[in-house]
Amino acid sequence: MAKTVAERSSEDDIQRQELTELYRLMVLIRRFEETVYQKFHEAKIGGYLHRYDGQEALVAGIIPQLQLPGDYILCTYRDHAHALACGTSPGAVMAELMGRATGCAGGKGGSMHLIDPENGFLGGDGIVGGPVPVSLGVGYAIKYRGTKNVCVCYFGDGAMNQGGVHEAFNMVGLYKLPVLYILENNQFAMGTSVSRSTAQPDFVKKAEAHGIRGERVDGMDLLVVREAASRALDHIRTTGEPYFLELNCYRYVGHGIGDDNTKGWQTYRTEDEVAEWKLRDPIAKLRDTMEARGYLTPEQAEKIDEEVREEVHAAIVFAESSPEPALDSLYDHVYS
Amino acid sequence: MATMRYLQAIRLAITEEMERDPNVFLCGEDVGQYQGTYRVTEGLLQKFGAMRVVDTPISEIGIAGLATGSAMAGLRPVAEFMTWSFALEAMDQLVNHAAKITYMSGGRIHCPVVFRGPAGVGTQLSAQHSQSMESWYAHTPGFKVVMPFTPADAHGLLKQAIRDDSPVIFMEHAGLYGTHGEVPDDPDHVVEFGKAVVRRKGKDCTLVGYSRGVLMCLRAAETLAAEGIECEVIDLRTIVPLDMDTVVESVCKTHRAVIAQEEWRNVSVGSEIAARIYEMAFDQMDAPVERVAGADVPMPYAKNLERAAIPTDSDVVAAVKRTLA
Ligand SMILES: Cc1ncc(C[n+]2csc(CCOP(=O)(O)OP(=O)(O)O)c2C)c(N)n1
Repeated sequence: MAKTVAERSSEDDIQRQELTELYRLMVLIRRFEETVYQKFHEAKIGGYLHRYDGQEALVAGIIPQLQLPGDYILCTYRDHAHALACGTSPGAVMAELMGRATGCAGGKGGSMHLIDPENGFLGGDGIVGGPVPVSLGVGYAIKYRGTKNVCVCYFGDGAMNQGGVHEAFNMVGLYKLPVLYILENNQFAMGTSVSRSTAQPDFVKKAEAHGIRGERVDGMDLLVVREAASRALDHIRTTGEPYFLELNCYRYVGHGIGDDNTKGWQTYRTEDEVAEWKLRDPIAKLRDTMEARGYLTPEQAEKIDEEVREEVHAAIVFAESSPEPALDSLYDHVYS
Repeated sequence: MATMRYLQAIRLAITEEMERDPNVFLCGEDVGQYQGTYRVTEGLLQKFGAMRVVDTPISEIGIAGLATGSAMAGLRPVAEFMTWSFALEAMDQLVNHAAKITYMSGGRIHCPVVFRGPAGVGTQLSAQHSQSMESWYAHTPGFKVVMPFTPADAHGLLKQAIRDDSPVIFMEHAGLYGTHGEVPDDPDHVVEFGKAVVRRKGKDCTLVGYSRGVLMCLRAAETLAAEGIECEVIDLRTIVPLDMDTVVESVCKTHRAVIAQEEWRNVSVGSEIAARIYEMAFDQMDAPVERVAGADVPMPYAKNLERAAIPTDSDVVAAVKRTLA
């Protein structure tokens, strides 16, 4: 039946609002990453630092659809975006990166180990492939309790070559556990491209070999990611079975801060290749789509940008004015 | 003698051994095209080709298996772990296979493999990346465990490791990669395992270290010398085999000992050395053996907590003073 004008316009409103929020989230992630890079070079942040620039749609297209708390998220050390999308305040993330007591892990974890259990975020993991066996247990706990929740587990193309990943896939497939795997295929594992590390680069086949349904999706397009994730999540919530999405994307910057500093990335890709991928930028793409649909004007985009800059600035002010962890907390939390 | 950095000394050792013995090959993550995560293996792919410098996927079990199996079949692999933290993935191949095959076979087969890579703590890498786990390997019969402090030792000990018929755990220190030192020009310069070296003479207290722990000891000795306390500093070089003769000889003179290590204190290399000092020289000791070690916590990220968790030369100074009190 044809929809009335009123129905169409209220659907439009919902779309507009929702997409505006996702657009804002992607812009927040991008600005946040650019800012932490700066702060690293001001020696306010230490350790390793892995940025998500270029991969924003993988987070913005999926995590806002989750029921948090209730659902769970696991991911890699490239985890700032995931924390922000889970609703961890930018201040608590920034404070963690600066090693402050107000950080989301009290300053004990740092960039690779952001965590926010109250929002369902079970943390970043510094070990390649590490979160995947853990997702098996999280999926089991969901099934055990008999809820309709889902565990979303992010990991990289390089991680697909870890033995533990395949043990976990098999068991998740065998026990039929409600886990959504998100393969962040940004084409490289540090200095090694997929073609140089992987005999069978059809990752979907590998998931299917373990009894997990899967598909390959354009990770540079938020709408495409969102739609695929929505279907996958529906499938998991109705059948209780796992699902696998390979999302193709590109990391714009070096693997981590070291790779950026030494220009190590020049050994495995050209500036032209980077520039070519940037033409498909997920943020620009969503903005274009929204402008074409009349959801967003350039002025509104500008305003979002400004608000986000203020938000990131506030996060820095919060973090920088927060105290370091108390020295006598060194031995706290070794045991529960 | 040429002056070079610790990491260059390692590269030189690998290069010389690969030139000497066509059975020596290198494998690991990003060791070739990327030129090595820490640039230790820079230029080796270009020099030796892809059959002898093998870029692997991020598959530590695979790396350890590639190395162990090829060693059992007659090659002499040098396998790099990007850092020793990631070797945990490969623990079964290492402990249950590489370390045991010679014994299990009644000596019928050898496994001449070197597992190497950076270890050590620091630079806010936090819990999963900043740890020193030498005692895990030292605990396992079958491994020789090597932890060089100087560029010359990194060179000579690695060459010895490659020539050794047993599996060798070769732990470099990322924090020492940039340090300079003289390295003998001799392509047959090797440093024998199980021979500690006295880095500084002294009569008041024996300081025992290895890897960057030696630096802690030398700095502490310097500080204490200004106060008229003369410390003897011993660099163990290898944890297995362990040169207790040199340690005991020293404590018989000083009657005091402080052991300095970056790894956790509980059930560690320091525990072992202290126990052996008591077994071998109990009646020589004028004070309990002191241990300076990493705090028994997963490494925290925050700078101030990390500083509190990592031992320093001032901890060694304080420990020495306790032995003299
Ligand atoms: C078990 C293990 N091996 C090696 C590393 C070092 N390392 C950290 S990230 C990385 C590359 C991972 O690539 P990928 O899985 O594709 O994820 P990406 O970093 O591209 O997001 C490597 C080799 C590690 N952290 N853990």
